[in-house]
Amino acid sequence: MRRIYLDHAATTPTHPEVVKAMLPFFTDAFGNPSSIHSYGQEAKGAVEEARTKVAELIGARSEEIVFTSGGTEADNYALKGVAYANEHKGNHIITTSIEHNAVMEVCKFLERREFGITYLPVDKYGLVDPDDARKAITDKTILISVMHANNEVGTIEPVEEIGRIAREAGVYFHTDAVQTVGHIPVNVAELKVDLLSISAHKLYGPKGAGALYIRKGTRLVSFMHGGAQEKRRRAGTENVPAVVGLGKAVELAGQEIGKEAERLAYLRDKLIKGLGEKIDHIRLNGHPRKRLPNNVNVSVDFVEGESLLLNLDLEGICASTGSACSSASLEPSHVLLALGLPAEQAHGSLRFTLGRENTEADVERVLGVLPGIVARLRAMSPLLKTRK
Amino acid sequence: MSDPWSLYNDKVMEHFKNPRNVGEIEDPDGVGHVGNPVCGDVMELYIKVNDGIIVDAKFKTFGCAAAIATSSMVTEMVKGKSIEEALKISNKAVVEALDGLPPAKVHCSVMAEEALKAAIEDYLEHQKLKRQI
Repeated sequence: MRRIYLDHAATTPTHPEVVKAMLPFFTDAFGNPSSIHSYGQEAKGAVEEARTKVAELIGARSEEIVFTSGGTEADNYALKGVAYANEHKGNHIITTSIEHNAVMEVCKFLERREFGITYLPVDKYGLVDPDDARKAITDKTILISVMHANNEVGTIEPVEEIGRIAREAGVYFHTDAVQTVGHIPVNVAELKVDLLSISAHKLYGPKGAGALYIRKGTRLVSFMHGGAQEKRRRAGTENVPAVVGLGKAVELAGQEIGKEAERLAYLRDKLIKGLGEKIDHIRLNGHPRKRLPNNVNVSVDFVEGESLLLNLDLEGICASTGSACSSASLEPSHVLLALGLPAEQAHGSLRFTLGRENTEADVERVLGVLPGIVARLRAMSPLLKTRK
Repeated sequence: MSDPWSLYNDKVMEHFKNPRNVGEIEDPDGVGHVGNPVCGDVMELYIKVNDGIIVDAKFKTFGCAAAIATSSMVTEMVKGKSIEEALKISNKAVVEALDGLPPAKVHCSVMAEEALKAAIEDYLEHQKLKRQI
């Protein structure tokens, strides 16, 4: 059975050209970029070339890019880095209630260490109101962190407006752009961000590589102490093959960004429309228009997400859910709850995230298979009867 | 390829794919209703009792694969048992009959035991009322 991968927000397959670009740096060009000799020079050259490519894609200068081990490290670095470098100015940070755990958990960590955190609410579509951000700013506020697009429901946040507010107030502004870079246009000047997180494996690059854009003049403490790599901001020998892979991935993404987004949005809308037509008591989570081109997130009433997912998996379709039963914590997704979904609808959520290798036939296959699965699970659901 | 679902063994998957005894008993002698949709698990267990023997059991469950598999297994286990025997079925016995569950999913088997006990209590309650009449 051919498997259909519809979980690109979790990770993407590494593009064959990316793998090809990486391979020499495991073997022939294995040098340490800090070495003076020719091996070191070729590795250093490759790292710097990747830095330029990342900078180009987001309209930054190459010296404003620091490589990290991924999106989570970039988020940790941005928040802790700013918090600990600016304690003398204030101890207040503003974020949202729908951030990825890589931001959320850092905020909770800082909260236990004498930082005050404001978690901005979102509306039923997952949108932050920029006015709420403006009102939350105090003379102690040092940082605002609002994700560019949400990884679960795909809502694209008004980052540009919040960026303007932050800059006027003289507050640093970070955005977790892990779900947007390489998928929709991202420009650091337009978004008015001081810090922006990138992950390679979400854009057909390898796992274990990411980057943090740090606008020139932004004060933050080093993330790793040790050697002089990354201008002493992030010590440790560079993961050269992964960094090269990130560079190649952003280069490829930049070449096809508009065209691919358009193709995916067509498939997304076809899937959303088809699900609505073929299954009753189903609703779209997230914003109907301000939405990532590849994200479909629905709640299917009366059934539980893990059962849906597992049945889809038996049909070769790989998706994701915000149900508690699929998480170690046994709590439903904090994002869906922040949107105001009742817990039982959060348990019945299903996320399909499309990608480069998906076709219209894949969408049709989901539409062909899912209604039967839902009907079968509903037939054994005690919730349906109580609603009759 | 390993994926999170390989946590479930073949027997659990078999009961998840082909659950036994799904549905309701029209004129049940006992019904157990446990769980809460907010927690993501609801189980309803129906029993039919004849001369102190459970002659039929059916279930309806909202929940994950482990919840569905344990519901299926517990209904299989009680059929043909006396009330006294059925009361002795523990969640551990259900897990063992399924050749094991991932640790995070053991609470689903507790729900199966609770649903069974609730159904039996419901049955005994009705018996008591009948005797009083």
